[in-house]
Parts: sequence; structure tokens; C-alpha cells
Amino acid sequence: MAQHQEKARIIRFEQLSPETVRLTLAAPQIAADARPGHFVMIRAGLGKDPLLRRPFSIHQAISNGQIQIYFRVVGRGTELLAKTKVGETLDVFGPLGRGYRIEAERPAYLVGGGLGIAPLLFLAQRICQTGRDLSRDQILLGGRSRDDVAPLVPDFQQFGLPLQVVTDDGSYGRPGLVTDLLDGERIDPSGVVYACGPEPMLAQVARFCADRGVACQVSIESVMACGMGACLGCNVDASGGGYLHVCIDGPVFNAEDLAWNM
Amino acid sequence: MEYVNDPKQYPDLRVNIGSLVLQNPVMTASGTFGYAREFESLVNLHRLGAVIVKGISLHPRRGNPPQRIVETPCGMLNAIGLQNVGVERFISEKMPYLRNLAVPVIVNILGDTVEEYREITERLALIEGIAALEVNISCPNVKRGGVAFGTDPQMARKVTEAVKEVAAVPVMVKLSPNVSDIVAMARAVEDGGADSVSLINTLIGMAIDLKRRRPVLANVIGGLSGPAIKPVALRMVYQVAGAVAIPVIGIGGIDSAEDALEFILAGATAVQIGTANFINPRISEEVVEGIGAYVQDHDLQSIRELIGALEV
Ligand SMILES: Cc1cc2nc3c(=O)[nH]c(=O)nc-3n(C[C@H](O)[C@H](O)[C@H](O)COP(=O)(O)OP(=O)(O)OC[C@H]3O[C@@H](n4cnc5c(N)ncnc54)[C@H](O)[C@@H]3O)c2cc1C
Ligand SMILES: Cc1cc2nc3c(=O)[nH]c(=O)nc-3n(C[C@H](O)[C@H](O)[C@H](O)COP(=O)(O)O)c2cc1C
Ligand code: FES
Repeated sequence: MAQHQEKARIIRFEQLSPETVRLTLAAPQIAADARPGHFVMIRAGLGKDPLLRRPFSIHQAISNGQIQIYFRVVGRGTELLAKTKVGETLDVFGPLGRGYRIEAERPAYLVGGGLGIAPLLFLAQRICQTGRDLSRDQILLGGRSRDDVAPLVPDFQQFGLPLQVVTDDGSYGRPGLVTDLLDGERIDPSGVVYACGPEPMLAQVARFCADRGVACQVSIESVMACGMGACLGCNVDASGGGYLHVCIDGPVFNAEDLAWNM
Repeated sequence: MEYVNDPKQYPDLRVNIGSLVLQNPVMTASGTFGYAREFESLVNLHRLGAVIVKGISLHPRRGNPPQRIVETPCGMLNAIGLQNVGVERFISEKMPYLRNLAVPVIVNILGDTVEEYREITERLALIEGIAALEVNISCPNVKRGGVAFGTDPQMARKVTEAVKEVAAVPVMVKLSPNVSDIVAMARAVEDGGADSVSLINTLIGMAIDLKRRRPVLANVIGGLSGPAIKPVALRMVYQVAGAVAIPVIGIGGIDSAEDALEFILAGATAVQIGTANFINPRISEEVVEGIGAYVQDHDLQSIRELIGALEV
């Protein structure tokens, strides 16, 4: 896959909640090659501190040469990104990694928790473009509270896929965890679960799918320096022993390929 | 290696590291450029002085568990633990691509014992397409061997002699900064027959996660690299260049042509770029361009005029 380093202009800045920001960037080369589940490495700031780029999933890639990222402010890098303004440029490198492998003929279950919702919008869009029967598909989203999910719900609704939302505190949708939804759902064993979210959630989704023989693809995170297979810093335990590297073997893995240490 | 540029039209950036001729003094540091292929869609590899690949051992190494890296102010700590595919897979999987590059390929090697260093060198001596070996005696992230070789002049000399006895190509020995007398180490490997020395490898460091009250790295300690270490590296290169007769290659925190030129003035014949490759994959090529512009703007005949030209 071709990778591109682009000076991407910020087209739109949306503060979707006190802690979350969505940026729309003009990055035509990256947008053209991006697939759901791919990520980009973005330089926050121009100096030597913070030094490393920060990885973000591609939230959407729009045919007019734009990409979106959706992130939460957790530390210095994301704080700097949250202070950017429309018209500024960011050094963006991507698209990187192995994305979701869409099984066009099989029912799709998109399961997102917290910021893990971010890459699923792009996935939902591409699944809808496969032009197949969407009636059996499901989107299941969970967050800590209203702010985590509510702002994105209209974007997911535009695809017309059945959508269910839960929040930990019940401030939006039903109260509970997204994994509760999964249990309540009648998941067709011939379907595919596409999940992204915090690791404990993914571990539970993986176990649920393993128990029922349902195919399961998960997008996971790790700390990264290069994002392209050069530093070997992003290792995770593989189920077959040894390590896999999130930036080149993932970030989307078949759940059964990973060792879930919980 | 044919030098393609016309020195009349372009600045003359050629440097000699013993018998090895580089079209310019910019190399990629081991462990930060993969096996070069990772960068092919971003960097014009042919513009580089040389490519140094990820360290190779006789047997494959799994490396350390996660978390292996953490950012620090103006730098990063890593405890990769020398994960690599081992020399046999390196030869069968990586060399076919590497030997087709039009730049010298330098293979970084490591071992736990003197015998392992000798064996891997023997194995590589039969392989076409390797321009030089870089002997890593300085990795801080493995329990056995590495550190002792890099901190004891006697051991460093022994490893160098063992490699030199069987090597088919020039040998560069890479020094650890985690010593009290870097000059003694450089002299020891020079006495052992090294054709050049490269320095520095990473400085041993540590980071603590206050929330969990645990070390951030699974290995507890790791190697510090990036701009944060540049002043230390520059000082060591300066001291070593004044003490040995063999060429010195400067490494540590270089992320611009200006940084590279500082090392050259301090006595480095060439430089290696490490961590900066992660932040800007095109940095090595940009440093070549920047050095060229400096040579041109200052009406120099060649970059060689600047080597060790620091006025103190
Ligand atoms: C493939 C991939 C895709 C990602 N996609 C998104 C996304 O779409 N939206 C989003 O908000 N975040 C995403 N992340 C996480 C994001 O990269 C981190 O939140 C970000 O790097 C933190 O940078 P910082 O400088 O603000 O935090 P730092 O100051 O570096 O660290 C602050 C805190 O964040 C934690 N942290 C640092 N890096 C990561 C990481 N990679 N994963 C989880 N926690 C981390 C640190 O341990 C620390 O506790 C993704 C990570 C990966 C690997
Ligand atoms: C992730 C990582 C992996 C490294 N792996 C090796 C290695 O395999 N062999 C080696 O000799 N040096 C290795 N190094 C050290 C670098 O080659 C270099 O000496 C060091 O990072 C200092 O240079 P820098 O500040 O420009 O990065 C590694 C460094 C990093 C950051
Ligand atoms: S982040 Fe460098 S190898 Fe994955």
C-alpha cells in the first residue's frame, strides 16, 4: 500500500463535546487510498517536544479528498491538536496499517465502545456501499455518558442501519455496557462482528464471538513511534505465541489471533 | 559503488570510511529504518550515503514484552530487546531486496558471546551485497553479553578481533555511551582492528507511571534516543575523534542538516540518523540536501573540508 506524507490543511474544526474534537483535513492522497480501519500518524506541534507523532484512526474519508479524525484529549499531543484552528496545516502520514476486511455477503455487526466508535463510521459507510441487503446488520454503540456517543449518532443514522446505543450512566440510550447489548442481540453465526473500543470490552466481544463461532475483527491500540514497521515498538501478544505488531499486522486483527490477557 | 554526481555541478559530498566510499555522509541508524523497504515509497533510497539495517543475531530473537517504547521530553525510551528474524531469514528474506539498492548496505550484528559474533560474521562473509558490518557491542536492553562487551575495553577488543579475523568487508564498531571513559573504549576497538567507530548507541534511562506506580517499560529500563541525547553524543564524538586515527561516525539526536554538520565539525566523517526517521520518514534525504546546500553556500570544494574543522 502506498503511503503519503501530506501537509494537510484543517478544513473544519468541531468540538463535539468538552473532551472530544473532530477535525476535517484536506489530504487528497491519503483520502484516496484510505480504507476503513486504516490510521494516520499526525505530528502535534512543530518543535521537538512532543517528539513523536500520534496515531489516529481514519474516522471518515470523503471522496472530495478529505479525511476526518475524531479524538479525545488525553495528554499533551491531543491537547495541542485540540487547539488548532481552521486554515492551519498538520503534517499527516498515512494511510497506515491493515484495515477491516469487509465480508460483503455476511451480516455485519459493528460494535463500538468510547472512542472506538471513531473508525466504525467509515466502515458503516463502506458496508452500505456494497449494495447488499442491509436489513440484518446492526450498529451497537456504547460510551461512558451522553457526550461520548450522542454527537455521532446522526452520522451513523444516515446509513439507515439499525442502531442501538447504551451509556454507562444511562444519560443517553439505555443504561449499560455495549457488551450487554451484544448478549441480548441474536447474532447470526454466519455474520461478522467488527469491533473497536477499550481492551476489556474487546476481550469480552472476542470471547462472546469465540463461544458462538462468530467471525470477529477487532481494532486495537498500542503505543507507537513510527507507525510503519520500522521501530518494532508496537508489539502485542499473539495467540500462537510470539508477538504481532499493531501498526503493520493490524490495527485490525482477527480476534482469535490475539492473546487476550484478561 | 559509482559516484554519479558531477562535482562541478553538484556539491561534492563524498566521504571515505576507510575503503568504503559513500556518495554523501548520511546513513540511517540501525533499528530505526527497518530493512529499508519500509521506507521505499517515501524516501529516494538512492540519495542516501548508506543504509544500516536492524541488528541481526545468529538466532531469531523474540524481543521484550510490551510496553516497549515511551516518549520522554525531546526523546524516547525503547526496550525492543533486539527482536529480529535471525541471520538465516535475514539472508533469505531481506538480502534479495537490499542487494539491489544502489547504495551501500551495512549490516548491524550482535551476539551474546564472542563466538556468536564470529559465527554470524562468517555466515555473512559468504553473502553478496553487504558493504560493511557494524558491530553492535552496546545494546542496553538484553540481559546477557551486550552490556559487558560495550563497557569493558578488553572484551570490546576481543569481539572486534574475532569479527575482523573472519569479516569479508570493512568493520565499524558501534560504541555504548554508558561508560565513564568513551575514549578508552574507542582505542580498544581501534587496537582490535576496527576500520571505523560509530557512536553513540542509546543512553540507559527509565520512566515511571505514577498512576500505576510501575515502570512504564516492561523491561523497566530502556535506551534513550532522540534530540535529548545530542549534546552527549556530540561531546563523545569530539573526544573520540581527537583520540583515534580511524574514521568516526556520529549518531545521536540528529534531525536536521545543521545537527549533522555539527557532528562533522566535531570530527565525524559521516553521521547516522535514528529516531528522526520515525517523525519524518524523509529526514535522511532532507539532511543530504541540507548539507549540500551548506557546502554550496559556503563555497567549499567538498564536505571533507569540514570534517574536524571545529575551532576550539
Ligand atoms: C491505531 C490507533 C488508532 C487510534 N485512534 C484513535 C482515535 O481515533 N481517537 C482517539 O482519540 N485516540 C486514538 N488513538 C489513541 C491516541 O493515539 C492517543 O490517545 C494519543 O496518542 C495520546 O496522545 P497525547 O499526546 O495526547 O497523550 P500522551 O501525553 O502521550 O499520553 C497521555 C495518556 O494517554 C495514553 N496514551 C498514549 N498513547 C496511547 C495510545 N496509543 N493508546 C491509548 N492510550 C494512549 C498514555 O498512556 C497516557 O496515559 C489511537 C491509537 C492507535 C494506536
Ligand atoms: C527503536 C530503536 C531500535 C534500535 N535498534 C538498534 C539495533 O538493533 N542495533 C543498534 O546498533 N542500535 C539500535 N538502536 C540505536 C540507534 O541506532 C541509535 O544509535 C540511537 O537511537 C541514537 O541515535 P538517535 O538519537 O538519532 O536515535 C535503536 C534505536 C531505537 C530508537
Ligand atoms: S509503531 Fe513502529 S513498528 Fe509499529
